[in-house]
Amino acid sequence: MSSLLSVENITKRFGSVTANDNISLEVKAGEIVALLGENGAGKSTLVKAIFGLVKPDSGTIKIKGGVLAPGDTARAIASGVGMVHQHFQLVPVMTVTENLILGDEPTRGGFVQLKRAREEVARISEKYGLAIDPDATIEDLPVGMAQRVEILKALRRDVSLLILDEPTAVLTPQETDELLEVLKNLAKSGVGILFITHKLREVMAVADRIVVLRNGKMAGSTTPHESSESGLAQMMVGREVVLQVDKSEAKAGSVALEVNEMHVRDDRKLESVKGISFQVRAGEILGIAGVEGNGQRELVEAICGMRNRESGTVSVKGRELPNLNPKSAHESGVSHIPEDREKHGLVSTYSISDNLVLNRFDHVPFARGWIRNHNEVDSNGTKLVDEFDIRTPSPNLPAGSLSGGNKQKVVVARELSQNLDVVVAAQPTRGVDVGSIEFIHNQLIAARDRGTAVLLVSAELDEILSLSDRIAVIYGGKIVATVDAKNADRNQIGRMMAGLSA
Amino acid sequence: MKIRISYIITLLSLLVFTYFYRKDGTVATSVVYTAIQFALPLALAAMVGVMCERTGVVNIGIEGTMLLSAFTSFFIGAIVKNTYVGLIVGVLTGLIMGLLLAVMAVSWKMDQIIAGVIINILAAGLTSFLYRQNYSIPSTLSPIDLPIIASWPIIGPILSFHGPITYFGIIFIIGLWIALYRTPWGLRSRAVGEYPSSADTAGVSVIKLRYINVAIAGAIGGLAGTYLALEAVGIFERGFTAGKGFTALAIMIFGRWNPMGAFGAALFFGLAQATTNQLMIDEVVHIPQQFINMLPYVLTILILAISAGKVRPPAAEGIPYEKEKT
Repeated sequence: MSSLLSVENITKRFGSVTANDNISLEVKAGEIVALLGENGAGKSTLVKAIFGLVKPDSGTIKIKGGVLAPGDTARAIASGVGMVHQHFQLVPVMTVTENLILGDEPTRGGFVQLKRAREEVARISEKYGLAIDPDATIEDLPVGMAQRVEILKALRRDVSLLILDEPTAVLTPQETDELLEVLKNLAKSGVGILFITHKLREVMAVADRIVVLRNGKMAGSTTPHESSESGLAQMMVGREVVLQVDKSEAKAGSVALEVNEMHVRDDRKLESVKGISFQVRAGEILGIAGVEGNGQRELVEAICGMRNRESGTVSVKGRELPNLNPKSAHESGVSHIPEDREKHGLVSTYSISDNLVLNRFDHVPFARGWIRNHNEVDSNGTKLVDEFDIRTPSPNLPAGSLSGGNKQKVVVARELSQNLDVVVAAQPTRGVDVGSIEFIHNQLIAARDRGTAVLLVSAELDEILSLSDRIAVIYGGKIVATVDAKNADRNQIGRMMAGLSA
Repeated sequence: MKIRISYIITLLSLLVFTYFYRKDGTVATSVVYTAIQFALPLALAAMVGVMCERTGVVNIGIEGTMLLSAFTSFFIGAIVKNTYVGLIVGVLTGLIMGLLLAVMAVSWKMDQIIAGVIINILAAGLTSFLYRQNYSIPSTLSPIDLPIIASWPIIGPILSFHGPITYFGIIFIIGLWIALYRTPWGLRSRAVGEYPSSADTAGVSVIKLRYINVAIAGAIGGLAGTYLALEAVGIFERGFTAGKGFTALAIMIFGRWNPMGAFGAALFFGLAQATTNQLMIDEVVHIPQQFINMLPYVLTILILAISAGKVRPPAAEGIPYEKEKT
């Protein structure tokens, strides 16, 4: 097979940070290459350089032997490079068709021919077996469908090389499986595929070759046959990673968190939590398993006082929490690791130290009366950065300067270092690299062993299975079953998550 | 919501027309004719806003652009004693102001509100400092008699005998409307105003498109100012534009950033003013002149109050585009 893409000695610096240090790699036609690495390893920068969105400081990029001008997206597209971005590059208020033709519109006499464009969309979507409604508005589409539009956008331009930047980060397990199928079929038709991920299982499932980056450098190149999940994890992190969580038997105490007959509405005012009751005891982890969008978000927000409870109660150690009052929920002993760390977990322009006291900046010792005590805030910051292994040159830098995994560690450090009675952790490892996942998991287990009641909500079934002591399956806004983790059967839980009776 | 408001406005306008028509046909048509004259500079200025904001650049410097263009077109026209030379100078002045805004807002990534304020202050300062009395242009731009249409009943007296900028302006607005929704330029502009990186990743240069649109919009703003000086009244005074550039922004919002919507809103504005004037002349109502002068501002506040929270501006409006953001 001929070499489709060859990247030679790419180096790119952002200020004092070297995002890519002398990276070389190759993709052949019909080959699926997985680009693996922790957050901040330089994967996104590398593919952006290939696509011309970032201008490398040195090195060359060749497509089918021809050298691409650095930083020229239009040329990269014309040479047959297509990219599916991590953050969808779609105009939310426009239709599927309009998004697909943007930048390369079929015209007659200077006018866009929407009708012809729509037929073309239908044709491509049929050719590749990716069904889509050409007239749907992007903002109305579920994430999986929007991603499909992104892929079609690339395919429409006759791509020979398709780059996907963390395509599965936002997908449900079913959507992920569908996507991997699509990628295999595309490769069969001769398209070279370069995809970024940090989910090892996907890599093992579809990749022909695996290239691993670490701290901006090449850490190695291998194939699924020559490697294993733990071997890859070690290459990414640079040390041995324990993927299996090691935990002892839970020593459950008295009931710490109790939710009783709760009903909650979602943003569209539809009832999405339809009468949920459960208890979490001190010193145990209750995992809520379920496909996203079955009421988990509303459940978590209602417990933590961020969303109105239509009816039902939440109590911590027998004391009922007032409705819609996050501050009081926190003061009654509820820690919250929110699902969306950018939106609810951090203020990205504030320093890491300030973020670490975000929900107690007004308490002793961080403040006396009206006056903040910066010394305490700083020493707390230094201490937690060290304890929770937050990788940063200084705790005084803005939280926005951290990589995803380290941002999440800031949130986890703030919530778990307070030793409250209850921890509500929603998707605590979403978009986080393996090294950080291991760390966060161990922290949650450690909190449990200290006697904290942990409510873990996750769309990753593996995470639920490995951490939980008891597992509740949520479907359609109701808990359909609660099982002991020791007797849990992966397939059975999967079926219940899909709404089938066990 | 949008449909209902536009229905109400159309109905109101028809009622007004019928009221005058039952009294006197020529009065009715002249009221509408005057309404178009009042509406045109507002509509053109609103197009400046539409073109800029649709590509994501906020332009609150429309007022200053109009004022400076009115000034240069009038005084150059008066000095060389040629109104048409004045017209060209006015449009060029607008173009330069547009480019100035583009440099500040797009290249230097300045806060766009401040960039607009700079243009307004610059124009207000220059025009009052350089202002001289006792200048006059040879004549205003002469009105054009439309062939055939001029002799039609009702339509003829309304549409015919406007000046050249008026006709050009109406054609431009309709053209802009079609271009915005039917051409690749329009699709790309709207994409850049909503989600610029989507256009960038599709190979469309965000910076170039913003430059082009803001510059052309500036020229149109210049034309709006020139209209006031050379076509509507034929004079220039300090503070000549009297906030029309700001009113135009309200009209743009009321028209939901749509050229035709804004044109309709501007016509309604013009009709409101023309109607009040006519009622004063007929001595039907006795309102102090000061209240009449307040009308455009009161309408602006009302419109913004009605529209508030119900319309959605282009999502990327006011945000400078950074390409190498990781």
